[in-house]
Amino acid sequence: MFTPHTKDDLEAMLETIGVASIDDLFKCLPAEHKYHQLDLPPALTEMEVLTELRDIAWANDTAQELVSFLGAGAYNHYTPAVVDSILRRGEFYTAYTPYQPEISQGTLQAIFEYQSLIAGLTGMDVCNASHYDGATAVAEAVNMAYHNFRGKRPKVVLSPAVHPHYRQTVRTYTQDSDIILSGDQGEVDLKAGPEALVPLIDETTGLVVVAYPDFFGRIYDFTALAEAVHEAGALLAVSVNPMALGILKTPGEMGADIVTGEGQSLGIPLSYGGPYLGLFATRQKYVRKMAGRLAGETVDNRGQRAYVLTLTAREQHIRRDRATSNICTNQGLLALAATVYLSLLGKHGLRQVSTLCYQKAHYAADQINKLPGFELWSGQFFFNEFLVKCPQPAHEISDHLMEHNLLAGYPVGKDYPGMENYLLIAVTEMNTKEDIDWLVSGLEEVTNG
Amino acid sequence: MAEHLMCELSVPGRRGFQFPDSDVPEVKLPEGMLRDDLPLPEMAEIDVVRYFTRLSQLNHSVDTGFYPLGSCTMKYNPKINEEAARIPGFANLHPLQPVETTQGALAMMYHLQQWLSEIGGYQATSLQPAAGAHGELTGVLIIRAYHRSRGDTKRNKILVPDSAHGTNPATSAMSGLEVVELRSDDRGNVDIEALREHCNDTLAGLMLTNPNTLGLFDENVEQVTGMVHEAGGLIYGDGANMNALLGILRPGDIGIDVLHYNLHKTFSTPHGGGGPGSGPVSVTEELADFLPDPVVGIIDEGDESNNIPPLYGFITPPKTIGRMKAFQGHFGMIVRAFTYIRMHGPDGLRKVSEYAVLNANYLLALLRDHYHVPFDRICMHEFVAEGRWEDAPEIHALDVAKRLMDFDFHPPTNYFPLIVHESLMIEPTETESKETLDAFARTMIRIAEEARSEPEILKTAPHKTPFGRLDEVKAAKELVLCCVPQFAR
Repeated sequence: MFTPHTKDDLEAMLETIGVASIDDLFKCLPAEHKYHQLDLPPALTEMEVLTELRDIAWANDTAQELVSFLGAGAYNHYTPAVVDSILRRGEFYTAYTPYQPEISQGTLQAIFEYQSLIAGLTGMDVCNASHYDGATAVAEAVNMAYHNFRGKRPKVVLSPAVHPHYRQTVRTYTQDSDIILSGDQGEVDLKAGPEALVPLIDETTGLVVVAYPDFFGRIYDFTALAEAVHEAGALLAVSVNPMALGILKTPGEMGADIVTGEGQSLGIPLSYGGPYLGLFATRQKYVRKMAGRLAGETVDNRGQRAYVLTLTAREQHIRRDRATSNICTNQGLLALAATVYLSLLGKHGLRQVSTLCYQKAHYAADQINKLPGFELWSGQFFFNEFLVKCPQPAHEISDHLMEHNLLAGYPVGKDYPGMENYLLIAVTEMNTKEDIDWLVSGLEEVTNG
Repeated sequence: MAEHLMCELSVPGRRGFQFPDSDVPEVKLPEGMLRDDLPLPEMAEIDVVRYFTRLSQLNHSVDTGFYPLGSCTMKYNPKINEEAARIPGFANLHPLQPVETTQGALAMMYHLQQWLSEIGGYQATSLQPAAGAHGELTGVLIIRAYHRSRGDTKRNKILVPDSAHGTNPATSAMSGLEVVELRSDDRGNVDIEALREHCNDTLAGLMLTNPNTLGLFDENVEQVTGMVHEAGGLIYGDGANMNALLGILRPGDIGIDVLHYNLHKTFSTPHGGGGPGSGPVSVTEELADFLPDPVVGIIDEGDESNNIPPLYGFITPPKTIGRMKAFQGHFGMIVRAFTYIRMHGPDGLRKVSEYAVLNANYLLALLRDHYHVPFDRICMHEFVAEGRWEDAPEIHALDVAKRLMDFDFHPPTNYFPLIVHESLMIEPTETESKETLDAFARTMIRIAEEARSEPEILKTAPHKTPFGRLDEVKAAKELVLCCVPQFAR
């Protein structure tokens, strides 16, 4: 199907090569292991495979068939039709890394636009071409801070309200290094704000990591924290949900040194967890410490403005074992998705959707807070997600409501022992007032029943 | 011909998208927590569509032309893959939904784990790594964890052949191991004597790419893996070059203990202009317990006689190295690779590799009299030639690469591998026809002639592309990384 060779082609090609058969090309491979018959199902045609795939997909209940209030790091948003129609252009998705800038200006200029948009959105000076996801972006921030201080400040203070998967990923990345992680092992009260992290910062601390909104949806002004971090000589990294930055004060304005984030909210499908988009922005003075690709502006030999991958001397293909990260790709197509999304929505559209998320979430929280036995844990300062204390184990509630095709939220007990009765509820522009009222009545019924 | 940037196209007051009005009572936004300005463009939908469509037309891509970029396996990406990944039952699935509601997706992941294990000759597979380099890091962390779990803390040295991709040494360094470079012998194989020197109780492992980056199958591979195992080390296999081996040879059968695949190379998921990739990792039985958290498994066998299917779910391997990223992997790429394998079956996959190797050897045969091939023997799916001639001293591989663009060909990889001077690494892939290969060879031969007769035409190439050579020094010196001026307020 995907190989165009005819019988005549084969014969002519083998003759040109000077061998009698294709098998002759594999002569130097160890004979006793060659041509193991693979135990795989037989081939299907396109028609058959599509039928099979639809059958498989049918066994899933999607976030759009269900009424979903599930977030916890991945959000059900509307993606305008324009985004996918651009993504489906073969010129974008079947190209590779723009190593040859003369014939890759489409990809390069799009990366440059992405860098501009994300830098503006986060309030930072520079942004790279992206990392794998929100979790690995935090791991890269840890790595960058460690190298920035040449290993002399090995301590990292991690807020316990950073996404559990992100903290786990940081632990995996740093397991064999002398980086010391603290802050999320019960040292601070979960309910406390960022000021609770300050006593953990000392002269060995290289980085403090917080989330905005945090895992529980809360939003804080980190200005005072940034001051304390800088006074101690360390850096502050803020892991964001960029959707919140449609209305909220930027981490840049608060004094963050690094902004990482999960860009999935910006026009990228849920797709069962990936591929997503790792945002990474920093201050101009750290640009050479930042891992990952960068597109920079220049001119070509005809005097035209053009773009090229720059500062490549930081990267693995030049520095090999002296590189600080092995990253050699970005999330090109997802960065393009976010770029198209932000361009289309623009100044007004992003503010509108961000406001909708905020308003609807606050409406939902108010209604749930009124239910007997339920209590809003996240306080009044949250974006589009909030934690509620329930009168019974949250997973029982969510299992029960699942039977009514309602994804009520994420029970956090698995990640936060002792919090088995807490449910994390996310609301987006996709949730109508009717959906929210249904959730509220569902919660009421379950707990009365 | 340069395109304007959006910060120049933006016109205050224009809108490209409208959301419905709010249907809930208004609450006040949190004062003191709001941003003043939102520096985003203001454009109509048509402006956005034209802008990005025009940008796309400045790219060379597999869909528009031959792309023989060595080590990247730029094969055709079947269109059905794109339909598959967009089926709502896959695209709209939340990663944290209860597993009872995602049995289709989990069954698919389970089967892809099994299939990749079968294709590579392994016991178990993790689909979590996000890209090849991420898979490498996963693999090396597994090797390290394995030694540590046996109380063997002395093994801190990892050997990396000098022909290896730059991610190999960078990965090892990132995982806290000491990287020792291993030279290649004059046939492009791992140098056995050099290897012997390092086979002792400090050896954690060897990172092996086979076929290597010269496109050659290491003729001593079993001796190499045997020596490393004897010394107590493990072999990491860089699966970047699996496109040569599908149904031909299983890396697990020749002593490679851990292998990463690139779904975006071998299994036809698109390269996306530089990602997303997907880098699943397969391991031997001995290493299965160390895989990243989570893997997909059967958590309830069900009951076939009563028509109760098995229940798939997530399992944490008992000695896991931990989580490599959020959630469970690049599922969108998993759907595409699943589709590809399902459409090929065992015989189709073998044919993929046979034709990939056939195409490479055919091109090699057409070019070897015109380009110096430093390691000239039967190659696998790619080969390395040199872009230099004694009688054209001023011409470099870069000039050949740039000249190729005038004929609508993407250049081969150049200046890699590092052990070949002025290298041109050519990987045609199996999806290209004889006519395309013939046309490419004719052009390469013409360029080799031009190198002597009209070197200037190479030095100043490309001529017919929308952009000429770029000033890379200026880009690095001035470091303009964002649109200036900012969007009008």
